[in-house]
Amino acid sequence: MNADSFETVVVETDLLILGGGMAACGAAYEASHWAKKHNQRVTLVDKAAMERSGAVAMGLSAINLYLGLKDGRNSVDDYVQYVKNDLMGIARDDLVANIARHVDSSVHLFEKWGLPIWKDEDGRYVNEGRWQIMIHGEAYKNIVSEAAKMALKELGEHGSYYERIFITEPVMVDDRCVGAVGFSVRENKFYLFKAKAVLDTMGGAVHIFRPRSVGEGLGRSWYPPFNSGASAYFTLKAGAEMTCQEVRFVPVRFKDSYGPVGAWFLLFKSKATNAKGEDYMETRAAELENWAPYGTARPTPANLRNYLMLKEIEEGNGPIYMRTDEAIREMVAQIPDEKEARRKMKELESEAWEDFLDMTVSQALNWASHNIMPEETPSEISACEPYFISSHSGASGAWISGPEDLAPDAHFWGYGNMTTVKGLFAAGDASGASSHKFSSGSFTEGRIAAKAAVAFCVDHPDPVHVSGEQVAALKEQVLKPLRIFDAHKDYSNDQEVNPHYIKPKMFMFRLQKIMDEYAGGASVGFRTSGALLEKGLEYLQYMKEDAEKLAAGDLNELMRCWENTHRLWQAESHIRTIRFREETRWPGYYFRTDHPAMKAEWEAFANCRWDPASGEWKMIKREIL
Amino acid sequence: MPSFVINEKCDGCKAQDRTACQYICPNDLMVLDREKNKAYNRAVDMCWECYSCVKICPTQAIEIRGYADFMPLGGVVQPLRSTDSIMWSVRFRNRAVKRFKFPIRTSPEGSIEPDAGFETGTDDLKGPGLRTEPDSLGTSLFTR
Repeated sequence: MNADSFETVVVETDLLILGGGMAACGAAYEASHWAKKHNQRVTLVDKAAMERSGAVAMGLSAINLYLGLKDGRNSVDDYVQYVKNDLMGIARDDLVANIARHVDSSVHLFEKWGLPIWKDEDGRYVNEGRWQIMIHGEAYKNIVSEAAKMALKELGEHGSYYERIFITEPVMVDDRCVGAVGFSVRENKFYLFKAKAVLDTMGGAVHIFRPRSVGEGLGRSWYPPFNSGASAYFTLKAGAEMTCQEVRFVPVRFKDSYGPVGAWFLLFKSKATNAKGEDYMETRAAELENWAPYGTARPTPANLRNYLMLKEIEEGNGPIYMRTDEAIREMVAQIPDEKEARRKMKELESEAWEDFLDMTVSQALNWASHNIMPEETPSEISACEPYFISSHSGASGAWISGPEDLAPDAHFWGYGNMTTVKGLFAAGDASGASSHKFSSGSFTEGRIAAKAAVAFCVDHPDPVHVSGEQVAALKEQVLKPLRIFDAHKDYSNDQEVNPHYIKPKMFMFRLQKIMDEYAGGASVGFRTSGALLEKGLEYLQYMKEDAEKLAAGDLNELMRCWENTHRLWQAESHIRTIRFREETRWPGYYFRTDHPAMKAEWEAFANCRWDPASGEWKMIKREIL
Repeated sequence: MPSFVINEKCDGCKAQDRTACQYICPNDLMVLDREKNKAYNRAVDMCWECYSCVKICPTQAIEIRGYADFMPLGGVVQPLRSTDSIMWSVRFRNRAVKRFKFPIRTSPEGSIEPDAGFETGTDDLKGPGLRTEPDSLGTSLFTR
C-alpha cells in the first residue's frame, strides 16, 4: 500500500469529540444544545460505528450508577464516601460528586429514549444493589448513540460525526491542543481535524497485560479488546499531567468467559467459596484489618475481596466457586407455595441467563458448552488480567479541573474537565481519580466536559492555525508503518519474519510478556517489586525504539500498529507510577513485595507527566484535598 | 473461531449498499472477500464474541463457535433480534434447549427526541446546570 496515495482531508470545527462510546455520546448530546445557542460547530470522530462502539457495544444488564436523588434514596456525599473507600482513599471528591449529582438526569433520559428499565409493582426502578438498577440493556448503546446523532442533527451543518476514522496523535500549537490527526480504516485518507477545543473520550486500555487465554480466547478480555489506550496516549503526548496510572483494575468474573458477577452477588445474594465450601470473606475477615480503615469499612473494597480470593488460590484451595445453586435454592425455599415457588424458579432462571445474554453472551455459551444449569451446578470464578479503566474500580486517566462550585481552589483551573493542557478536555475512561462512573456516569461526565469545552470555544473565538509543515510531518509520522513495510517487504520470503521491521501483533505479545512478568500480571499472582519494575522499564525502552520499526501492509494493520504504540505508552506510565508509589495499597490489584503494606505518607495521588519539549518523565505527588 | 460465516447463507450483502457485518464490527474484523462474495472474520483471536455481526446479518449467515481454547464443542447460542425484542436460543452440549425472550427497546427506532419532553432549563453556559436540568433530575441540583 503506497503511502503517497493518501489524500489529506482537513475538517475544521469548534469542539472536536474523540471517541464514540458512552462518554462521547453524552458529550455530543450536551454539546449540541450549547453549541446551537452559541453558534459553535461540533464534530465527533469514532474508530468504529457508533451504534455498537465502545465498552457498551454488546449491551449491559444493569446501570451501575443511579442515586435516586429525587426519592431521597441516597445522597451525593454517600456516593463519594463509597467510591473513596473502594479506592482505598484515593479519589477526587469534587469529580466524583460532580458526576453523582448529575447522573440521575442521564438515566431518566435513557428511559424516555426507550431503554427498558426494570420496575417493581409500585413503578420504581428495581435495584440490584444500593447504586445499581436492572435493565433490559441489549440495545443500550443503539439507543444512546441514536440520541447523540439526533442531537448533532439539531445543529444542521454545524453538527457532524465521522465513523471508522482512527485517531493517532494530538495536534499542538505551542502549549495548546488544537486538534487531532488520524486516518480512515476504509480508504486511503489522512485526516486533520482542527478545533478550538478537543475532548478526549477514547476509552480505557486492554491487552497491555498478557491475558489468561492466549489462543482464540485472546479476544475474550473482560473490557473490550478494541479499547487500546488511545485516551492515555493522546493526553500523555499532549503533555498533560496524568493521575492514578498505577490504579489498574483486576475484576473477578466467571472464569474464562468473564461473565458478570454483580447480579449473583447483589441481586441473588450468592456466596463465593473455595473448593471446600468455605466463604473466604468470613474465614479471612481478620486480614481486612491490615488494610484499615478501608478494609474494615463496608462494603469491602473490590481489590480486597480479590485479595482474599487470591490468598485462597495461593494456598491451593481452588477452584473458587460462585454458589449459584445454593443461592437459587435459598431464594426459592423462602416461598412456601409450591406453584408460586416453581414460578419464581422460572423467573430466576430467566433473569440469570439474561444477565449474560445482555452483556457477555460468551458466558452463556460457556455454560451451554459445559452443560451448566446455574440452579444445579456452581460455576468457577477467577481474577481476570489487569485493565486500565477509570469508569469502574480502577482510576487511571488525565488529571483534570474540577467544577468551580465543588472543587477546592487547587483543583479548579478555568474550565471543568480540562486537563493541564489548554483546550484539551477528558471524560469517561480518559479522566482519572473519579472511579465508579460506569456507563451512566461516563455518559454524564461526557456531558459535563462538553459543556465546559463549548464555553472554552466561546471564550477563544480566534481561528486556529496549523502550519503546512506541521501537517506534513504528522502525516509522515502516521503513515510511517506503511513505508517501513513497503521498503523492506521483499527482503525475506515471509512477510511476518523480517529483520527490518516488526508486525503489530508480535509487538503486542512482546509488550504483554514484559508487563505480565515484570509489572505483576496474572501469571505471577499480580506481584512485583522495584527491581522487577526497573527491569521491565529497561525492556520497554527497547520497545520504544522498535516502535519506530512497526510495519503495516494494509489499513487494518496500520490501525493495529498505532493501537500498540498507544498501549506501550499506557504501559510505561503504569510501570513508572507503580515504581514511584513505594507501598502496597490495592493488594488485590498489585502487590509490591518490597513494600508490602500501606503507608500514611502515600495517602496521596501519584501523578506523572511526559514533557513533550524534553522527552523526560516527571513524577509528582499530590495531596488529597 | 468466535464468529464464522456460513457459506451457503452469506450473499455478501449484495442487495445492501454496504456489508452489514463489516459496517458494525467494533473491532473492524469482518471483511468481504470480493472474489468469493462472502464475508469472513480476519482475526478470530481478536473477536470479543459481542454478537454485533450475528445480530445484524440480514441472512442470518453468522454464528459463533465458542473459543476453542476453553469451550467444549456443541454449545450454540443464537439470537433473533427484532426492533423491540430479542429471542435467544441456547442449545447445550447435551442437546438440551432453552429459549428466552427479552424486551430491548420501548420506543420505535429513529424516533428519539433529544430533550425527551424535559424542559431545557438554564441558559447559563458557565454554570453547573446541564441541558434538561433540573427537570430531568426531578429535584434541584446539588451544590456546596
